[in-house]
Amino acid sequence: MTSSPTFSPDPAAEQAAPPPRRFAPLAFARKHRTILFLLLLIAVFGAVNERFLTVRNALNILSEVSIYGIIAVGMTYVILIGGIDVAVGSLLACASLAAAYVVTAVIGPSPASWLIALALSTFIGLAGGYIHGKAVTWLHVPAFIVTLGGMTVWRGATLILNDGGPISGFDAAYRWWGTGDILFVPVPIAVFALVAALGHVVLRYTRYGRQVYAVGGNAEAARLSGVNVDFIVTSVYAVIGALAGLSGFLLSARLGSAEAVAGAGYELRVIASVVIGGASLTGGSGGVGGTILGALLIGVLSNGLVIMHVSSYFQQVVIGLIIVAAVAFDHYARTHKA
Amino acid sequence: MTLLDVSQVSKSFPGVRALDRVRLEVGRGEVHALLGENGAGKSTLIKILSAAHAADEGAVTFDGRPLDPRDSPLRRQQLGIATIYQEFNLFPELSVAENIFLGREPKRLGLIDWRRLRADAASLLGDLGLPLDSDAPVSRLTVAEQQMVEIAKAMTLNARLIIMDEPTAALSSREVDRLHAIIADLKARGVSVIYVSHRLAEVKAMCDRYTVMRDGRWVASGDVADVEVDDMVRLMVGRSVEFVRRTRSGPPGPVVLKVETVTPKRPRLAAPGYLKNVSLEVRSGEIVGLAGLVGAGRTDLARLIFGADAIAAGSIRLDDKPLKLKSPRDAIRAGVMMVPEDRKQQGCFLDHSIRRNLSLPSLKPLSRLGQWIDERAERDLVETYRKKLRVKMASQETPIGKLSGGNQQKVLLGRSMALAPRVLIVDEPTRGIDIGAKAEVHQVLSDLAAQGVAILVISSELAEVMAVSDRIVVFREGAVVADLDGETATEEGLMAYMATGVGRTSPPGMEHRPQ
Repeated sequence: MTSSPTFSPDPAAEQAAPPPRRFAPLAFARKHRTILFLLLLIAVFGAVNERFLTVRNALNILSEVSIYGIIAVGMTYVILIGGIDVAVGSLLACASLAAAYVVTAVIGPSPASWLIALALSTFIGLAGGYIHGKAVTWLHVPAFIVTLGGMTVWRGATLILNDGGPISGFDAAYRWWGTGDILFVPVPIAVFALVAALGHVVLRYTRYGRQVYAVGGNAEAARLSGVNVDFIVTSVYAVIGALAGLSGFLLSARLGSAEAVAGAGYELRVIASVVIGGASLTGGSGGVGGTILGALLIGVLSNGLVIMHVSSYFQQVVIGLIIVAAVAFDHYARTHKA
Repeated sequence: MTLLDVSQVSKSFPGVRALDRVRLEVGRGEVHALLGENGAGKSTLIKILSAAHAADEGAVTFDGRPLDPRDSPLRRQQLGIATIYQEFNLFPELSVAENIFLGREPKRLGLIDWRRLRADAASLLGDLGLPLDSDAPVSRLTVAEQQMVEIAKAMTLNARLIIMDEPTAALSSREVDRLHAIIADLKARGVSVIYVSHRLAEVKAMCDRYTVMRDGRWVASGDVADVEVDDMVRLMVGRSVEFVRRTRSGPPGPVVLKVETVTPKRPRLAAPGYLKNVSLEVRSGEIVGLAGLVGAGRTDLARLIFGADAIAAGSIRLDDKPLKLKSPRDAIRAGVMMVPEDRKQQGCFLDHSIRRNLSLPSLKPLSRLGQWIDERAERDLVETYRKKLRVKMASQETPIGKLSGGNQQKVLLGRSMALAPRVLIVDEPTRGIDIGAKAEVHQVLSDLAAQGVAILVISSELAEVMAVSDRIVVFREGAVVADLDGETATEEGLMAYMATGVGRTSPPGMEHRPQ
C-alpha cells in the first residue's frame, strides 16, 4: 500500500480519513430533498388552510397513502430488479372483486368471510403476479409489455365477473379492515407499516434482498455468481401481485364495496412513489425508506390540493410534473456531484 | 520535428494529484509509447490531450500553436488529435460506412447521399488497406475490426496525432500484427501515434520513442532502441518485476475435472467442427493454460464447464462423478467457479460496494436459516480476502467501480476463492491491469494450486500462459491442436500451433505432432 509514500499520498488512505468538512447546505438539501420537499409542502398547506394540520386530516392522508403505499413497497422490489409493473391497479380490482364475489354470492354470511376474502384476494394477486413473472422469464417478453397486457386483461376480467357492477354488503368484521383502528391507529395504516417494515428488513438484511439488488445491478454478473435470476424476477412480480390483492381487500373494506374501477391509475401513483423516493429505473439502487417518503409526498400533495379546492384534474397535472421534476433533479444531482 | 509538446502539465482531482508537472514530446510520424503502471497518470494525460479534462496548469503546443485548455473534444478532433479509447465510440447498429462518416455524411439536396457515402468509405478502407465490408453493421465485427473502423474514422478527420489507449489488450496475436502493419502505414503517411500499452515486447518491436510515467510524474523519455524491455519495466515500477515462472510445490494429484467429448448446444460460430467433441483433463494442484487466438473456442469451452452455456453431447466429470449443469448455480454448488473475461459486463456490480461484490455467492453459509445475513461474519470474510489479496481500498463500502482494474480483479478473485472451489477457471485474469498486479494475480493462482485446486487459465498473453501453466492446451478454430508441457513450451512453438495448428521449433520445416 505504501510503495511510494514520498511521491503521492495513497488516495485510498486519504479517503479513509476524510478531512472534517463544514456544513454544506446544498449537499444536505440534495441528500434529503424528498423529506425537505415534503416538509415544505406540509408547511405551505398548513399555513394556507387550518384544516390541513389536524390529527384527523393526518390520519386521513395516511389511510389514503397506505392503500397504494402497500403496493409501492412491492414496486420498490420490481424497480430494483430493473423491471416495471403497470398492471397493479387492474390486478387489485380483479382480486378484490373476485374475493368479494366469493364471500357474498358463493359462501354467504359467515363469521370467517373477512378471512376468506383477505386470503383469496391476496392469493389471486399472487397468482396474477406469478403469471407476469413467468411471462417475463420464460417468454422473454419485456416486463412493460407483459404488464401492459396484464393491465387490460385483469381489468377486462373484472368487468366480465360482475358486469361492471360493484359488490357490497360486507359484515362488520370485514369492514373493520378498512374503517377500524388498533389503539387509535386506523387498520390500513397499521397494515402498511407492517408491510413496509417487512419489506425494508428483507431488502436490507437478507440474502434474498441482496440478490434482488444484484439482479438489478448486473443480471449477467448475478447469474455468473450463482444467483437464480429467473426465480428472483418471478418472485418479485408474484410479491407485488400479492400486495396488490391485499391492498384491494383493504380498499373494498374501506369503501364498503368492491368496484371494477378500483385502483384505476394506481400504477402511476405507485411507480411515482418509488421514483420520487430516489430509486433508479435502471435497477440496482433504491430502498423502501425512499418509497415511503415518495408515497407520503404524493398523498400530502393530493390532499392539500383538495383542501385548497383545486380541481382533481389539475392535481393530475401537478403530480405528473412532479414525477418528471424528481427524475430530472435526480439526474442532475448524479451528474453534478459536489 | 516536434508535433506535440506537453510541458509542466499538472492536474488535481479532489484528494489526488493525478499529474504533476508532466512532459511529453512527440515528433511527426513518430510512434511514441506512453508507459506506466495503472494509476501512473497515462489516462489523465490522454484525457487532457483529447480535452475530456482541462489541465490545471502547464502548456500544450500542437503543430507549433498553443492549445486552449477550454477547447471542446470536438475542437481537438478538428485540430487533428484523435483518441481511440479502449471502449470504442461506435454505434453498433449502424454500418461501417455510417460510423466512419457519422455527422459528416456526404449530402445531396440536403439528404444523405448514400451511394457516395458507401463509395467514399470503400475507397478509404481500400486506401488504408483495411479488410472491412463498409456495409456491415459494426455489431457484427470483431473487436479488432471495430478498432479499424475507429482508425478509419480518425483518418477521415485528417488526424495528425492518433492516441491509442491499450489498443492490443483485447486482440489476438495475429490481429496485433495487423494493427502494427496499419500503424506502420500511418507512420509512413506522417501521422504520429501515442501508443499506450502494457505489452512491452510490442512497444520494443514497433515504437520509436517512449515516455515513462510513474505516480503522476514524468520519469524518463528516450529512444526505444536504446532500452531493453527489462529497463522499461524497471522505470515503470521503480523496481524489477517480470513474470516469474511458477515453481510447482509437488507433483499434481488425481484428475479432478474431466471433460469428455463435449459439444455445445448452440455453438457461437457456425463453422463446421467448431468446438466439437472437445476433451480435457485437469488434475488437483495443476494449472492448465488454454492458449489460442481470440475466438478459438477457449472461452466457449469454459462457459460449458461452468454451466453458463448448455452442452448438447459429451460429459463433464468432477472427481469422477458426472455433473449435470443447468446453470452456473449448479456448477458453483458442485465446486466449479469462474472469473469471467469481461470484468465490467460479467463480473462487477459497479455501483455496489466492494463488500457486496465479494460476498454475493458466499452468503448462504454466512446467514442464519440461509437468509438472515450475519454482517459481521460477512465483513470478516471480505477483510480476510482484502488482506490475502492486498486489495487497495478505502473501505469495504466503496463502490467497486471506483477501484482500479487490478483491484477490481482481485475482488473478483476473492469472490471465487471465498467459495473454496475444487475447480477454478480464470478467463483473461490480468487483462488491462498493471504489471505489479499481474504478478500478484499469478502468485495467487500458484498458491491456490498448491492448495490442490485444479485451475484453468485462459490468456491471450503468451508470456502469461507460459509463466503460470504446468500444461498448455492450444486451441485453434474450436479444436484442441496441442497439449504441451508448460516448462518446455516456447513462445514461437505456441504461436505456430495457434496460427497454423501445427507445431514448429526454431528451424522452420521441422514439425512435431501434438502429444
